Amino acid sequence: MNARDEILGRVRGALAAAPDAEVEVPRRYARTADGVDVVRLFAERVGDYRATVRIVAPEALAPVVAAELRDAAVGTLAVPPDLPHEWLIETGVEVRADSPVLSVNELDGCDGVLTGCAVAIAETGTIVLDGGPTQGRRALTLVPDVHICVVPASVVVGTVPEAITRLDGTRPLTWVSGPSATSDIELNRIEGVHGPRRLVVIVVDRQTG
Amino acid sequence: MSGATWLGMPAFPEAARTALADEQLQANLRTATTTIRAKREAVVAERADWEHLRAAGAAIKDRTLRHLDRYLLRFEEQATAAGAVVHWARDAAEANRIVVDLVRAADADEVIKVKSMVTQEIDLNAALAAAGITAYETDLAELIVQLGDDLPSHILVPAIHRNRSQIRDIFRREMPDAPDDLTDDPAALAAAARRHLRRKFLTARVAVSGANFAVAESGALVVVESEGNGRMCLTLPEVLISVVGIEKLVPTWADLEVMLQLLPRSSTGERMNPYTSTWRGVHPGDGPREVHVVLLDNGRTDVLADDVGRQALRCIRCSACLNVCPVYERTGGHAYGSPYPGPIGAILTPQLRGMRDDPVAASLPYASTLCGACYEACPVRIDIPAALVHLRARAVDATRGPLSPERTVMRAAAWTLAGPRRLAAAQRLAALAGALLGRRGRIGRLPGPLAAWTRTRDTPVPPGQSFRTWWRRNRRGTAE
Repeated sequence: MNARDEILGRVRGALAAAPDAEVEVPRRYARTADGVDVVRLFAERVGDYRATVRIVAPEALAPVVAAELRDAAVGTLAVPPDLPHEWLIETGVEVRADSPVLSVNELDGCDGVLTGCAVAIAETGTIVLDGGPTQGRRALTLVPDVHICVVPASVVVGTVPEAITRLDGTRPLTWVSGPSATSDIELNRIEGVHGPRRLVVIVVDRQTG
Repeated sequence: MSGATWLGMPAFPEAARTALADEQLQANLRTATTTIRAKREAVVAERADWEHLRAAGAAIKDRTLRHLDRYLLRFEEQATAAGAVVHWARDAAEANRIVVDLVRAADADEVIKVKSMVTQEIDLNAALAAAGITAYETDLAELIVQLGDDLPSHILVPAIHRNRSQIRDIFRREMPDAPDDLTDDPAALAAAARRHLRRKFLTARVAVSGANFAVAESGALVVVESEGNGRMCLTLPEVLISVVGIEKLVPTWADLEVMLQLLPRSSTGERMNPYTSTWRGVHPGDGPREVHVVLLDNGRTDVLADDVGRQALRCIRCSACLNVCPVYERTGGHAYGSPYPGPIGAILTPQLRGMRDDPVAASLPYASTLCGACYEACPVRIDIPAALVHLRARAVDATRGPLSPERTVMRAAAWTLAGPRRLAAAQRLAALAGALLGRRGRIGRLPGPLAAWTRTRDTPVPPGQSFRTWWRRNRRGTAE
């Protein structure tokens, strides 16, 4: 018998005496964060991970991006091919679009990367990238040491269940909560290992003036 | 590399004695578990619905296990449709053979690895080494263990038994590119690991991972991590091989809304871990061009066949039970003689390996005081004390024949502890018996078959009333 049939046979044998009824899943946990300003909460929680957070009005986005690039000393910036031009104005940095596809070494030669995201979760301070518009492929936001992520207020949800509902689980997803970190030395969190050591999150909110 | 082995480890009591004599180990464990307990408590306390999340997490895993055959087939169908190649492995040897063959087919002589409990369990690195393939562990703690030719002692933080200055010494000694003036500042140690592995990440052609979850309805895999080494391994190489225990399945994508809340809060005590990656087969133009999934049994179907013990298969490897366990905090992980230490290891290892010819495994159900802290901390509500008592009965069965009084007592204890009304009745009985048998607060030797137990230990006389009785008499109606 092949391994597949043998394992499936063992599983069925092990469960032969188990009650036939489906196990119902009680879902009484919170699905939404009611009565919360999700944009403010998101900014606060991202800040807890020692990431840089800015909340800006749409017209202030480009100058803030330029200022953050200067502050992080980014000279060469990787961007996904479909990044909106208006996010980058008078930055003075060398911009490399990922089209044609940048090699791993070319990516490694970039100081930073600028992207959008698909969903952001207030309660956990998480951004989620799904490879859709303004995000590019997964390696793009991994190899450069500085990741600047633009988060439209419209993609910020309150909770993990709301994010799961919005996301397409068949796409390649990357959930990012703060800069790369480790708890491996005495179980204390230290920022900065293999992923980007600096994360800058810029929330674009029309309510901000 | 990787010469350390679990083979020939002494049974728990002997291994524990050695650990208890190691003051440095005691200090390191105390520091680390105290830190993580406080962090976990803080992030769990901010969730008013934590108990609802736990109940949902337990039910999701039970639902999966009840029809595991169906979910495995669904996963295979979906992952295959998305371009993955699904392999099945009955045991460790078969899984190792599959991985070795895949690495050879890719014409590679090295692989980079994401931290994975299951590849520890099957001792994949040794099998790769025997085939002339070098495995590079990329998780910081795994790297510390590998460079130190050591064994892991914790599920989440395999090098928990090392403090920062010991880690600096290992790096200075074993890491050729470590700076001469490396200090024991954790940030400097992390930076040294980054430099050390950077080239490997950018050039490796084959990666090996485990998975935290496998989604049956879509064929997607999920890896939860902190450092970005996981993302490197899952994204940059051409070939990705994921070894996945068959119990890692969840039925639906929506089930992750529970698991991705329970795991980080229980594990590193964070609202969310820094990075979570999900992928489904091959995504053209994004990540590996060749994706393999090895579904592993290796004793899991034996666990599934035990109607009390099978709850161990709910485990999501968070390690909260280790961090709250008074026994683990003092003995450390090595004493448990397997990659799965602590309370969960004490119920998982005996079931995965069997206890008949394995004195280490047979000793593990006794590596506990049955205090119940592990059950309280478990995000998927595994009743570890009940499973321990059940396995004590099985251990006696396996090693001593059918009529042992200890087996009978443990069976009776398991039955009694399984229901609050039975427990209350037993406590009332014990109070009466204590009044008859006890002298100066101690029960000395008992007659007949129980003499073997009391020959070497006194038993405290049960109190005149149980806490439950006291509570009912004194507090009922005021606090409920």
